[in-house]
Amino acid sequence: MSVEAGVPEVAEVATQRPSQRSTATKFRSLVGNRIGSVVAVVIAVLWTIPTFGLFISSFRPEEDIKSSGWWTFLSNPEFTLDNYQEVLFGRASSGSLSDYFINSLVITVPATVIPLVLATMAAYAFSVLDWRGRDWVFVAVFALQIVPLQMALIPLLRIFSSSGLLDTFPYLSVWVAHSIFALPLAVFLLHNFMSDVPKELVEAARVDGAGHVSVFLRIMLPLMAPAIASVAIFQFIWVWNDLLVGLTFTGANNAIQPLTARLAEMAGSRGQDWQLLTAGAFVSMVLPLIVFLSLQRYFVRGLLAGSVKG
Amino acid sequence: MDFFLNDKFGQMLLVIIAFAALIAVLLAIAWAADKWVGKGRRWAALAVFGGPALLLLVVGLIYPAIRTFYMSFYDAGTDNAVGLQNYIFTVTNTGAVIAFRNTFIWVILVPILSTVIGLVYAILIDRSRLEKLAKSLLFLPVAISFVGAGIIWKFVYEYRGAAQEQIGLLNAFITWLGFEPVRFLQDAPWNTLFLIAVMIWIQAGFAMVVLSAAIKAVPTDIIEAARLDGVNAWEMFRNITVPSIRPSLVVVLTTISIATLKIFDITRTMTGARFDTQVLANQMYDYSFVFGDNGVGSAMAVVIFILVIPLVAFNIRQMAKNRAVRG
Repeated sequence: MSVEAGVPEVAEVATQRPSQRSTATKFRSLVGNRIGSVVAVVIAVLWTIPTFGLFISSFRPEEDIKSSGWWTFLSNPEFTLDNYQEVLFGRASSGSLSDYFINSLVITVPATVIPLVLATMAAYAFSVLDWRGRDWVFVAVFALQIVPLQMALIPLLRIFSSSGLLDTFPYLSVWVAHSIFALPLAVFLLHNFMSDVPKELVEAARVDGAGHVSVFLRIMLPLMAPAIASVAIFQFIWVWNDLLVGLTFTGANNAIQPLTARLAEMAGSRGQDWQLLTAGAFVSMVLPLIVFLSLQRYFVRGLLAGSVKG
Repeated sequence: MDFFLNDKFGQMLLVIIAFAALIAVLLAIAWAADKWVGKGRRWAALAVFGGPALLLLVVGLIYPAIRTFYMSFYDAGTDNAVGLQNYIFTVTNTGAVIAFRNTFIWVILVPILSTVIGLVYAILIDRSRLEKLAKSLLFLPVAISFVGAGIIWKFVYEYRGAAQEQIGLLNAFITWLGFEPVRFLQDAPWNTLFLIAVMIWIQAGFAMVVLSAAIKAVPTDIIEAARLDGVNAWEMFRNITVPSIRPSLVVVLTTISIATLKIFDITRTMTGARFDTQVLANQMYDYSFVFGDNGVGSAMAVVIFILVIPLVAFNIRQMAKNRAVRG
């Protein structure tokens, strides 16, 4: 099994033994419950305040942001949506992030769907189909995770730039690059999940005369749905937040760049325009945060299982 | 047709439809092969299910990696062989010392501090009433991009001259205490540490979630037995908790190390790698895509690859061990 085997679902275990004294309880009594709580609260505050400050600032008028700290908002609340208006739909030099938001979306959806479908099919080939050399090829695919993206960037770019397809389909290279880079991990994870499906289920269906296609579609896909969802969420957030692939595979083409590339550029060129940067950062964070908060369970599972992404 | 070619969403829909059609054709082939062909049917199924992914991996990952290795021995335009010159340049150029030193500091500090903070926090909030909320708070940055995190912290570190009112939280605090404001991101060598803090801020949540799950999986009978033996809390932590979660600790440490070796977004967003904050992965990006020197860029990519190998090997070995132990 993968890493996941060692670290079962958080919630499940928590409910299993609610009353037992754990090592953690012991440790807490060592530190002293009071001091322990204080430390925990301090960490939690340190981890939350920076995002909170940025969030508050994004709703303050430009003059306020530039002349006083965001905490003055708490005593003197002055609220505006102008920053969002400006950074999303304003002049091109202010970001026009709405265009980039669409780019990110157009990049991320296919870059999540394509590798997931291919990886699920490959996982079937590696777990249900029986063929010579299977295990060796599987280990090889898994080992590919160690290849840093940096190793593949330049030659892969060359393949695309020499083909001419990019004139008609500008996003093609980003989609393909993300799909390829996602495959080793996705195949590995889905294979592990699929190996857990009881062999008898598949064999019974085969005896009844079901071909591989119907076993795959009727038995595997429904059983694998939660696992596929986990990997999909993981991949979605990964692609949405990626900068390296987005930056290199869109070239200098502003028309197709993702949000992250635009924001990174703005942080350099408009580093003092905090009314734009604060709102812009939130525009880029809103979708992953919604996905994260609403599907945290799945995300945690994908993360625990996928903690070896290269 | 106009919509599909000239509109962004049209392009997105087009690629998804085309992909769905391709998959449908492939599955139809496999279905037909399953029905009619005798001996070849196993290979037909294999080609349909495994073929596309394997083909993409060979074309998009294996070939490029080999090609990058090859290019690292050639000049900027891959025209003339230059031997080891690119590698020599990688370790001797004027920025090399700083890039290697910084990368080293990053890879030492980020995994250790993230893990320590994540572990302590996981233990402190374990089974408390607000555990779920407390976890989400620390975990949230994991969903934020490095670029977003960079902007968040750039704002925290914002510096204004002593005469002005500070708008950055940290400098406001420092001046409130009566000290001079600090140029966190400009003053080397400390600025690297402030960039590192951002990565720790992101990774601690990851460490916490994995370790928290591991702590909860420690068998209670061991704990009970130790308690009956009158073991004190510190001994319990050192001799029982840490050894029990060791596999998870290793995975967390190596995973964060690997991510840290390849970090370039944070430096790029926060300082643009100026003020002596350069790191290897960002230097690789600069040489390949800003200066257009594929030879040196490739050599740097290979160096990163070589640095990653032992970490991944260690990680895989640990995972194999886990599998053996836990079945």
